[in-house]
Amino acid sequence: MSEMNEFDESAPTVVKRFMYVNRRAPYGTIYALECLEVVLVAAAFDQDVSVVFLDDGVCQLKKNQDTTGIGMKNFSKTYGALDDYDVEKIYVEKESLAARGLTADDLVIPVEVLAADDLREVMAQQDVVISF
Amino acid sequence: MAYECDGATIETDEEGYITDISLWSRELAILIAREENIEMDDDHWEVVNFLRNYYEEYQIAPAVRVLTKAIKKTLGADKGNSKYLYELFPYGPAKQACKIAGLPKPTGCI
Repeated sequence: MSEMNEFDESAPTVVKRFMYVNRRAPYGTIYALECLEVVLVAAAFDQDVSVVFLDDGVCQLKKNQDTTGIGMKNFSKTYGALDDYDVEKIYVEKESLAARGLTADDLVIPVEVLAADDLREVMAQQDVVISF
Repeated sequence: MAYECDGATIETDEEGYITDISLWSRELAILIAREENIEMDDDHWEVVNFLRNYYEEYQIAPAVRVLTKAIKKTLGADKGNSKYLYELFPYGPAKQACKIAGLPKPTGCI
């Protein structure tokens, strides 16, 4: 390969599998909002992106959030834009939902609900897993 | 910098985006547009209103490629393309139109 190929836009680019894992409640820390922003920015790079919600992270997708009492922006509406940003692989862990008395109907966007074992397999196929 | 509009002073950040989006008005939009050398016509308003609705619904200002796609879906392919949008907003439809719409800088603009 010549040195020029590195800068040749027509050269095939390597697509890596990036998985972003949300494990924390939406408010109280900045992790959930930061993860969402990172995903939206990273979506511009044409990589294979997936987003996972497990443990308290499933609460990020809960419908009818009301943040007036804590003075923070309710960013749960922004998850609806993931589809426009071509982020289509959104997984929620089944056990985490059940433990919190939630079902897929309680969530702001359509997701794929996976059992822990199946999620583990998808996770093992990734090149990069980033946990928030 | 800041805009004087209707007797009020409206602050912006160093890039010219207003810092309190609740202070936006159509009159202010016209002032910001003038600063960008844009004379607002119906086509400009259509995009600005589209962006404000998008923000209302999703709480973010979309990146340019997302905006283009979303406009194409709603207003049709003759408006949802880069050529049309860059003719209206020569310095970048997302950045310039967001500024005029009183929204923050687009998410995912790099």
